[in-house]
Order: sequence, then C-alpha cells, then structure tokens
Amino acid sequence: MATTITPAALPELTTDDLQRYSRHLILPEVGEEGQRRLKAARVLCVGTGGLGSPLALYLAAAGVGTLGLVDFDVVDLSNLQRQIIHATSDVGRKKLDSAEEKLKALNPALNVVKHEIMLSSANALDILKDYDVIADGTDNFPTRYLVNDACVLLGKPNAYASIFRFEGQASVFAVKDGPCYRCLYPEPPPPGLVPSCAEGGVLGILPGLLGVIQATETIKLILGKGEPLAGRLLLVDALNMRFRELKLRKNPECPVCGEHRTVTKLIDYDQFCGIAPAAKQAAFEKNGVPQLSVKELKHRMDAGEDLFILDVREPFEYKIANIGGKLIPQGEVPARLGEIDRNREIIVQCKSGNRSQRIAEFLKQAGYPRVVNLAGGILAWADEIDPKVAKY
Amino acid sequence: MKIFIPTPLRQYAAGKDTVDVGASTVAGALDELTQAHPDLRKHLFTGEGKVRAFVNVYLNDEDVRYLPEKDATKVSATDTLSIIPSIAGGACRKDNGVFCT
Repeated sequence: MATTITPAALPELTTDDLQRYSRHLILPEVGEEGQRRLKAARVLCVGTGGLGSPLALYLAAAGVGTLGLVDFDVVDLSNLQRQIIHATSDVGRKKLDSAEEKLKALNPALNVVKHEIMLSSANALDILKDYDVIADGTDNFPTRYLVNDACVLLGKPNAYASIFRFEGQASVFAVKDGPCYRCLYPEPPPPGLVPSCAEGGVLGILPGLLGVIQATETIKLILGKGEPLAGRLLLVDALNMRFRELKLRKNPECPVCGEHRTVTKLIDYDQFCGIAPAAKQAAFEKNGVPQLSVKELKHRMDAGEDLFILDVREPFEYKIANIGGKLIPQGEVPARLGEIDRNREIIVQCKSGNRSQRIAEFLKQAGYPRVVNLAGGILAWADEIDPKVAKY
Repeated sequence: MKIFIPTPLRQYAAGKDTVDVGASTVAGALDELTQAHPDLRKHLFTGEGKVRAFVNVYLNDEDVRYLPEKDATKVSATDTLSIIPSIAGGACRKDNGVFCT
C-alpha cells in the first residue's frame, strides 16, 4: 500500500507534475509527499460504467499512478445517460478502449492496465494482488461478494458504492479491524427480488455522486489522511438530498473476516447467490417453463394461429414498441388473473425475456397448465425478425 | 416513531418512503408495519418470522442485530427505524438481466 512505502522510495514528481498538481501540493493534507504517494499507488476499478466513469476520471485527474480497469462490455446508447466517460461516437466500442482513451487524454502520464475479463473465482486473486486499493463499481451480487472475499483474503481495502434508482450506499470494507461486505449482508437476496436498472431505472446523476465518493475514499486511503468510511455506511437519497450515516460493525462471526473464518478461498458466487448455471439448464426450458424462440413465434403467427401474447412491460415501453400483445404490467398481473384465460396457452413476453420468465413461473405456480416464455423478448424480435421494431 | 422504507420496498408500502407507527419495541414496530402493509411481510421476514438476511434493520444508527436486546429493544417516539436492503447497482451491463447499476 502506498501509505506504507517510505518517503524516500516514493517516485519523484516531474516538472509537469508540479504544475499539474499545484492545487494538491498547496494542501497540507496532500503536499509533495502525498502527491508522490498518489503517483506510487495502483488502484483497480472493477467496472467502467456508471460508478467507474467518474471514479476513474477523478483518480486519473488526482495523479494516481496506475489504474487497472476491469470490464468486458461494449458501449450502448442507453449507457450515455450516466456513463460519462464514454461518448456518442463510442457506441459499439469496447468500454475499456473508450475509457482508456479519455483517461489518457486527461492525464497522459497515467499507466492504464486493461483487464478485459469477467472477474471470477479463477482469476480474481491473481488480478487483485497487484493493486493497493480496489474500487468496486460492478452491478451484480455475485461479483460484489467475490470482490469482497478476494479483498479480505488479500488484505486489500475495498472502496464500495452501490446504487438503485435514486439511492446509494457507500463504505470502505476490508481494512484492518474493519467490517467487510459480508458483515453487513451475510447473504444475498434471491435472484430477481431486486429489480434491475433496466426495469427500475436509475437517475443518471446518481452514479456520478456515488462514484466521486468512492474516488474520495480511495484517495484518502492512499494518502492516509482524513477518516475513511470504514465502519460506517453512508446512505444517499438523491431525491430528497439527504445523507445519513449508519454504524457498521465487524461481525465477530463473519465467515470471511471474523475470528473463526470458514471461508479461506474463493467460492462459486453464482451458486451462493442462487443463480443456476446456464449450461446445466436445457436451452428450451428454464425453471420448468418452456422457452419459445422469436423465430418459432413468427412461424406460428404466419401460420395464422390465434395466439395469446401477454406483454408484462410498462405502458411507456409498449408505446415505444410492441408486437400486439395484451399489456398487463408485471406488477398488476396477480390482481388481473381474470383477464388471462387458463384454458389457453399463454406466451409471456417482455423486453429481454427476464421479467416474462418470472411472470411465467408465477402463472405456472398459480396453476396455469400451458405457459411459455418468449426467450429474448422484444429485443430478440427486433434483432431477428423485424428490425423496424424499435429497440430501447 | 418513523420507519424509513427503502426504494425497492416502497411499492409494497403504498409508495410511501416513511410510515409512522406507535409501537414500543422494534419487533412491535415491524409488526405494526407489516399489519398495515401485508405485502411487505414476505420481503422482510422469512416463513419462520425472522428478518431476512439481506435486509438490515437499524434503530437510529445502530444495527438491531448488535443491540443487547435485539428486536426486543424499547423504542420511543423520537427514534427511527431504517430498513436497509442490499442493492448492487454500479455498472449496468445491458445484457445483465437480473441486476443493474
């Protein structure tokens, strides 16, 4: 960790550095030594999306010497409402390449290390070990637990933030004697209980607010100044602009960081989070619900079949694009079962096939004998059948 | 006392972000909350009536799990209860259908 390197061993500042960071050098909390610590520091940004965008930009601006970036995704138009490190001209491009370009334009001296992989139990320890601080900007529970456990096992602090709609959380996990993510949440929620952003939406500014808080905590950890959020959970409600702080205690019985640890190596986090491996399930059936492909649906439509398509999206989505299904938004389905004929085959459809899968499982449990899920949803229809159907 | 309802659960509490209850203990307050909003029950409690592991309940700024009397702790009118579920959002991959950030 940069804070443990002796001052004499820290890299020297160049003339460019002295000019560039003059506003830091004047601050007593940074000064020349602090800036040299930043230059020696290696930070891993897991994710270059909503949180990763402001996080990486501000760390680069602050003079962090090496930034590792982990992402395997491609820029999508809908990202640009909040992932401000990417530009319109980057749509379709790898996020890592787009991010690297902007970071180096801001700070050419920055050393960028790109990790174009999906972090997993097989590679996490190997990748994380070369960094001083890990900033977790991912978007799913299995990876959150993976990063947490890897940080505890390696003794690396984890600058954590997460967002949902217009609320966010921030803390610092895995510092010595501090709590870890599992102290706060020993178990993840069952898959599908917390709606995704694509379904729930997210206020574009929110990851900006939380991402910069993450960057702030990262810089404080490197400098060894100020009071990090370790042992505190910062709650941000952007809609009411309220910031609250809750105490986070280290759980003495935590299986990863407690006194009697039982987790001493990385586990299968998908299994931990209740996500069944895709390969093990038949492609034509998921959790007992048969999957209908868009090609097959088109085939049956063309054959003149009288089909009942239940569209479980929201009204504004139906306005953008639809394939003529009967619209009952997912939240209203339980109360409107009377409108869904038990004697017919019900083809459940949504945007990408996830919500419709959950509703199909619900209908099955409610005793509907013939329910199928339209795999891939209206997005697959637009891709494979009718490009005139708008994608969003 | 006030109970703060987190965003993911507001749809089960008639859209409210705070609910007022008059109970005298933490357990009593949560009970009153789920009586008034029954849909919340299965999101907050397991079948055996225990608070679910991915939901934290805070009395003011302290996690109820670490209070000596846990959910039997007495509460006053000026105390607040906060329900803090785990959220994962951060990067929002477009093909990540389950969670998003």
